[in-house]
Amino acid sequence: MGATLHAEWTKARTVPTTMWLLGGVVTLTVMLSALVTASTKCGSAATCAADPAKISLTGIYLGQAVVGVLAVLAISDEYSTGMIRVTLAAMPRRGMVLTAKAAVVTGMVLVAGVIAVLPSVLMGRMILPGNGLVFPAAGPMLRVTVGSILYLGLIGLLSLGVATMVRDSAVAIGIVLSLLFVFPIVAHFVSDPIWQRHLEQIGPMTAGLAIQDTVDLSNQPISPWTGLGVLAAWAAGALLLGRLVLAMRDA
Amino acid sequence: MTALLHAEWTKLRTVRGWVIAMLFVPIMTVGLSALISSGSECGYQFPGPNGQMLSGGCSAPTGPGGELVQDKFYFVHQALAGNGSITARITALTSSNLQPWAKAGIIIKANTVPGSAYAAMMVTGARGVRMQWNFTQDTAGMPGAHWLRLVRSGDTITGYDSADGARWTKVGAVTLGGLRSTAQVGLFATTPQPQSGAAAVSVGQTVNATGTFDQIIVAGATRGSWAGTSIGEGPDGLPTGAYQQTGAGLSVSGHGDIAPDTGEGAGGTATPISHTLDGLFAGMIVAIVLGTSFITAEYRRGMIRTTLAACPRRGRVLAAKAVVAGAATFAAGFIGCAIAEPLGSHLLRSHGNVLEPVTSLTLLRVEAGTAAVFAATAVLGVALGAVFRRGADAVTTAIVVVIVPWFLAVSSPALPTTVADWLLRVSPSAALAIQQTIPRYPQVISDYAPHDGFFPLAPLAGFAVLCAWTAAALWLAARLLRRRDA
Repeated sequence: MGATLHAEWTKARTVPTTMWLLGGVVTLTVMLSALVTASTKCGSAATCAADPAKISLTGIYLGQAVVGVLAVLAISDEYSTGMIRVTLAAMPRRGMVLTAKAAVVTGMVLVAGVIAVLPSVLMGRMILPGNGLVFPAAGPMLRVTVGSILYLGLIGLLSLGVATMVRDSAVAIGIVLSLLFVFPIVAHFVSDPIWQRHLEQIGPMTAGLAIQDTVDLSNQPISPWTGLGVLAAWAAGALLLGRLVLAMRDA
Repeated sequence: MTALLHAEWTKLRTVRGWVIAMLFVPIMTVGLSALISSGSECGYQFPGPNGQMLSGGCSAPTGPGGELVQDKFYFVHQALAGNGSITARITALTSSNLQPWAKAGIIIKANTVPGSAYAAMMVTGARGVRMQWNFTQDTAGMPGAHWLRLVRSGDTITGYDSADGARWTKVGAVTLGGLRSTAQVGLFATTPQPQSGAAAVSVGQTVNATGTFDQIIVAGATRGSWAGTSIGEGPDGLPTGAYQQTGAGLSVSGHGDIAPDTGEGAGGTATPISHTLDGLFAGMIVAIVLGTSFITAEYRRGMIRTTLAACPRRGRVLAAKAVVAGAATFAAGFIGCAIAEPLGSHLLRSHGNVLEPVTSLTLLRVEAGTAAVFAATAVLGVALGAVFRRGADAVTTAIVVVIVPWFLAVSSPALPTTVADWLLRVSPSAALAIQQTIPRYPQVISDYAPHDGFFPLAPLAGFAVLCAWTAAALWLAARLLRRRDA
């Protein structure tokens, strides 16, 4: 396992794109968060009732897309260059290869997640109270911060699983982003409240981002940690399917 | 160029994955649109006479112009046969929460059926004296006037106002179709309900506007005395107002509105036709993946070198790919819309929704326009594919600029309206304005939110924004394609 992990880490670290993408996760998350945080003022009832934790982390909507790209490329790039055949020849235990890839991707994403989430939260803490919003207490905020970093890690794992299944990077990221956005968009347009609730409970993004809820917790469709658990289930399911397909298919 | 187009078309139709993607454009659009339509229930729950809960579907009357309207007010009226006139002085317009378009005044209406033709002179909460007729029309009167007069002569109704009851100013003369020889003439009052965002509104509390009148003179062949009618009461059968005789005058109070129905945002029930195509974003993602793969797959397989060796004019290769991908997704998208719209309309109606009627020309604009949005999105995918040469980067960039701004603007309640508007002006998502069908009216205060089918840009202007993005991406792609080794 140590050698496999070392091999995957070397591959990830020596491709210049990796650093660009990790930088992209941080830059996009922090920039969009800053933009929305700075322009949110408690003017209307809808804005005043909004969740300050969610506002200060709006950038995660963009950051997660870049995390998806990073994780998808971790395996799709090998398929597009034919490198996967070398990899699997050198390390025939395919499950081990996928596990190593998952570990490397998660590690990198978590580090980028820390660098992206902390400044966003701090900006929200500094700016939002001045704009008339009440910032949540330290306890819930710690949960939001840690949870958001874990959220990005789980999005990485989900993307890796999907990419292992479909191999092609364009299709993989298309599927991942559809999975993330279909549920909230459909839930938004559907007017039946029961449908809305269920859609938000099962969607990987809507459920996962429940970890950022600090306002009106009892009326949210799903509780924070259960929500993150739903996303974890999606990620585990995708990885498991990817693992099966990887084992059964010729490279 | 013909040979090039033929070559690209052959590639598209012979790769199994791309054919499947072409099928998925309409499948995803229709499937998700139908899902959304099925989950859109429109109805009311209200307590019945024995305490049990009853429910009624949504309904909206149709105005003389064929559009859906809100026609809910309290009407104190007499029948007027033939020509005649009504004059009244309004001494006060009051309300517990006075809305800018709270209104009270005099009205001549074809009958008491909601949606029938009318012309009215009124005093409003904050918009002065107005003459309004047939729901969509609105003219300002003289500021500070309290005397109102309407004169019927045949099908023509002329409105006057006056500050002193002696010197009268003509505000407008309108011809109403569908006015029988006997019309209903009288006094009315109504007020739109405060927007939910505004302060101090408790749920379930109805705000009424009260107009106080005196010096009421009806000239002509009238029959009977004053009768009060709730016009446009809901399925709960609760009255829309009341009236009182006060000495020589009358006071009328009521709630609702006499205005075009612009949807939920203004307390109406109209559902825009674009609601039948809400699943389009899933089809758009497929179109993006298809357009992108159309060029990145060539890079992945090394096929691009063969393509460019066969046709060394690289700009033309890119153009041919853009044309083929665009045309194919337009066709696929149009089929999707042509199925999704009637299916969605049927599903929405069967779930109690009232769809804003549109002319077949408008319908064609919405469907062909949506298909054009698919096509332009796919071409944007082709261009970004040529720029990035790798599928994941190109697809993500396209989705982030096309879908995510729209998602944030439409479904994030916390996003300030200015930011949301700005996103829908400058991002390629602006193109969804092509689905806008219900006009905005100055006499209806509403959020005019994208959720209700309103976008900050006009339909074609919005589409032009997407085209500008696509053109810029194509220009960059052509430049890079010429400069780089394949």
